[in-house]
Amino acid sequence: MRYLPLTATDRSAMLSVIGAGSIDELFADVPEHARLTAPIAGLPNHASEMAVERHMAQLSANNITAGSVPFFLGAGAYRHHIPATVDHMIQRGEFLTAYTPYQPEIAQGTLQVLFEFQTQVARLFGTDIANASLYDGSTACWEAIAMAARITRRNKAIISGGLHPHYVETSRTMAKFTDDVLDISVPELLPDPDDANLIAKIDGETSCVVVQYPDVLGRIPDLAAIAAAAQAKGALLITVVTEPVALGLLESPGSLGADIVVGEGQALGVGLQFGGPYLGLFGCREKFVRQIPGRLCGETVDADGKRGFVLTLSTREQHIRREKATSNICTNSGLCALAFSVHMTLLGGTGLANMAKLSHHRARQTAERLANVQGVTVINRHYFNEFAVTVPKDARQVVRDLADRQILGGVSMGRLYPHVDALSGGLLIATTECTTEDDIAALAAALEEVLA
Amino acid sequence: MNELNPSGWRPAMGTAPITREIETFTGNRALQLEEALLFEIGSSDRSGVDFDVVADFDLSALGPNVRKTAPNLPGLSEPETVRHYTRLSRQNYAIDLGVFPLGSCTMKHNPRLDEKVARMPGFADVHPLQPVQTVQGALSAINELAVWLIKLTGMHGVAMTPKAGAHGELCGLLCIRAALEAKGDPREVILVPESAHGTNPATAAFAGYRVENIPATADGRVDVTALTARLGPDVAGVMITNPNTCGLFERDLKVIADAVHAVGGYVYCDGANFNAIVGRVRPGDLGVDAMHINLHKTFSTPHGGGGPGSGPVVLSEALSPFGPLPFTARQVDGSIKLIEEEDADLEHPQAFGRMCAFHGQMGMYTRALAYILSHGADGLRQVSGDAVLNANYVLRSLDDVLEAPFGPAGHCMHEALFSDDGFADGFSTLDLAKGLIDEGYHPMTVYFPLVVHGAMLVEPTETESKAGLDQFIGAMRSLAERAKAGDELLKSAPHLAPRRRLDETLAARKPKLVYKHA
Repeated sequence: MRYLPLTATDRSAMLSVIGAGSIDELFADVPEHARLTAPIAGLPNHASEMAVERHMAQLSANNITAGSVPFFLGAGAYRHHIPATVDHMIQRGEFLTAYTPYQPEIAQGTLQVLFEFQTQVARLFGTDIANASLYDGSTACWEAIAMAARITRRNKAIISGGLHPHYVETSRTMAKFTDDVLDISVPELLPDPDDANLIAKIDGETSCVVVQYPDVLGRIPDLAAIAAAAQAKGALLITVVTEPVALGLLESPGSLGADIVVGEGQALGVGLQFGGPYLGLFGCREKFVRQIPGRLCGETVDADGKRGFVLTLSTREQHIRREKATSNICTNSGLCALAFSVHMTLLGGTGLANMAKLSHHRARQTAERLANVQGVTVINRHYFNEFAVTVPKDARQVVRDLADRQILGGVSMGRLYPHVDALSGGLLIATTECTTEDDIAALAAALEEVLA
Repeated sequence: MNELNPSGWRPAMGTAPITREIETFTGNRALQLEEALLFEIGSSDRSGVDFDVVADFDLSALGPNVRKTAPNLPGLSEPETVRHYTRLSRQNYAIDLGVFPLGSCTMKHNPRLDEKVARMPGFADVHPLQPVQTVQGALSAINELAVWLIKLTGMHGVAMTPKAGAHGELCGLLCIRAALEAKGDPREVILVPESAHGTNPATAAFAGYRVENIPATADGRVDVTALTARLGPDVAGVMITNPNTCGLFERDLKVIADAVHAVGGYVYCDGANFNAIVGRVRPGDLGVDAMHINLHKTFSTPHGGGGPGSGPVVLSEALSPFGPLPFTARQVDGSIKLIEEEDADLEHPQAFGRMCAFHGQMGMYTRALAYILSHGADGLRQVSGDAVLNANYVLRSLDDVLEAPFGPAGHCMHEALFSDDGFADGFSTLDLAKGLIDEGYHPMTVYFPLVVHGAMLVEPTETESKAGLDQFIGAMRSLAERAKAGDELLKSAPHLAPRRRLDETLAARKPKLVYKHA
């Protein structure tokens, strides 16, 4: 067995030090009825690297990959180009095979990366501070709602209809088991998000308003107006960013007044990966620092006065506070945070803006081209790299028909809102800098066929 | 002055003794390199990525919130980026460098095949919302792993989506809560042994339960008498770690489970230490109703400096109907169906909800599946056997110089627990741990579990060789002697690491969490 260094000679020498006759004897504490005496039946035995690789390659081949066909999916996961340097850096064993930096003297690499990551996220979001990451955008969204309830001592959260339905569902699941009340709605296929209706719902019992920016249809809500309305009633504005590249061209939520900004960092460095592992981003005002969930890295000095970094404010966390902790989260998404940070470092502010420009430009070209397809209506007035269209039949079937023509043509709103008939003709189309003009032409041509 | 060297060969090397502390202009110490912060070396107009320039770029579709200037994010060219992160990486300890005996964290070798597999395009470059017909291979991989997890644990079903151990704990407790509510019998209390990991009580509280602690016996196990005495109609369940955080098998788990079931409660098993028993014990045979499996521990997906993890939850027949969406199911025709909200009403109507967006930690599933297929049923049995053998070897090689509170009572499982009994006055576990750093090792888990004074929890794992362990044991013996003798140098260790002890009080008193210009 190639991963096990002990030889038969080693094992018997070690057993004699221990004073046991066999390895099985070491399991004497296991009650006899539960002790298995042989490998579990019906499962295969060990396999060579070559055999395992072959099997996994066969499974891998039985998919249509995003890079192999015209590809227009988004809805919370975006396919941007990841420079080769990113994967090279995260495969350094010193990053890949390290653990949570509990021993800071020999973990300054990870800790400095986290400090830089926190600063990058705070600057991108326009917040004072940021944490060292959470599981993903959806769980970060719920953590923000729970944090707003702790801060305001209120329990009613108003959720915009433009919030990604999986984020809504994740939050609703959690709220079932807490005292939080969520005011939930579904979006309408209109050119602008219904900010006025959202603002009208805010009252003196509201803990927070949760607004996605750009929203699930790609529309861009007026965060400044919502922030002012929320804060006038003593509520917090939580802004959710599922496509961080948008902030290369759009004002940051923090600068528009958001109190807490959370997001999905997958678009930078992490990749599609069929949904995970992804990267939860979390930034907020400095005055909330002792209420933040998850790990925080802070600057300090060592015994010689040299600058160094440590995990800090752990008195918020479960290993100290146990049942009184701010969250039960233990792991963050360290390696994904590194990937995000390396990609962001390679880009820099100007590079991020250029990437955003190209992504947006492709969306404009796509929208203009699709507007000429018989039966297709572009919904959005404004958008970054994703917009909604309507088609004159169930968009779920349209997406499947496009896939039969080797085109991954978007996300049907019926997939996201299976119980809302009014949305069944909706189709979300996303582009990035990876989208080519040929891809756009192929999508338009195939849609013409499918809708004919 | 050296004489002229007419041959062109370099002159003889000097042999001057070191007479003062060596300081360098850069602060570097040869291969030990200092690295500035990104914000001190980068600038927002520098980049390591080239993009096509868009002529006649039109901003009008973006609406009124368009940025006036690019974000204030420093960039670096590619060579600078590679050097920045490579230099930082060298300030980290890692499994790839040596023994990493961090108890309960299971730092074992991460097979490189698993990295290669996770990057195969059919897993890495597919979108979670692609039409199901285009991702049959990816769904098959999830399903294959699910089948292995069910068979290895003797359970009925599995919820794959939880993103880490604590997330899995929450998932399991929410299943318990949903099952009780479905019976119209909501309950209030979860019992947790005092030796439990801190996430257990935090999770139970988060799931809306009141937490009550159960004491441990002198031999480091749950006090069954105290636990059964507390059982009643208000108890929703118990959370028990097995093997427990003292590295011992909970012999009475089945007895406990039967008693809990008799009063209508459920048993949550924290599977953080499943690596000690995989292939040898099935938790389903012990009456467990729900258990999370940390794929990053038992099945060796990389820890990545603190995540991402993955915590699928195996469920008993009683709890399976309540598992969260989405999940995969193999159809009669062999195809894999993805059950999401759309089909839930018909096929999984009692699901308690959704733990996260999309389908969970795919990149961890493929790594874990490759690990499992590599080992197979026989190899996994050897994995737990060698892990337990290595831990007992460490225990018996050190119990004459370090106090092993549960050593006399018998064999341990996959980790050996010591206390700081017998150290000189003023010397603690922390000093020994920091001394290990100078010896070139990552310290063991310290001060956990809380039930042992100055706890040192050593988990060598099965991927350490005997020779590697012998050297580690030698270092531990030397440090134990120094701690008992009161060697002052140990109190200021580490001396040889990139940093000396860091001021954690300062960090917490005046938090500096982001870089600001001086």
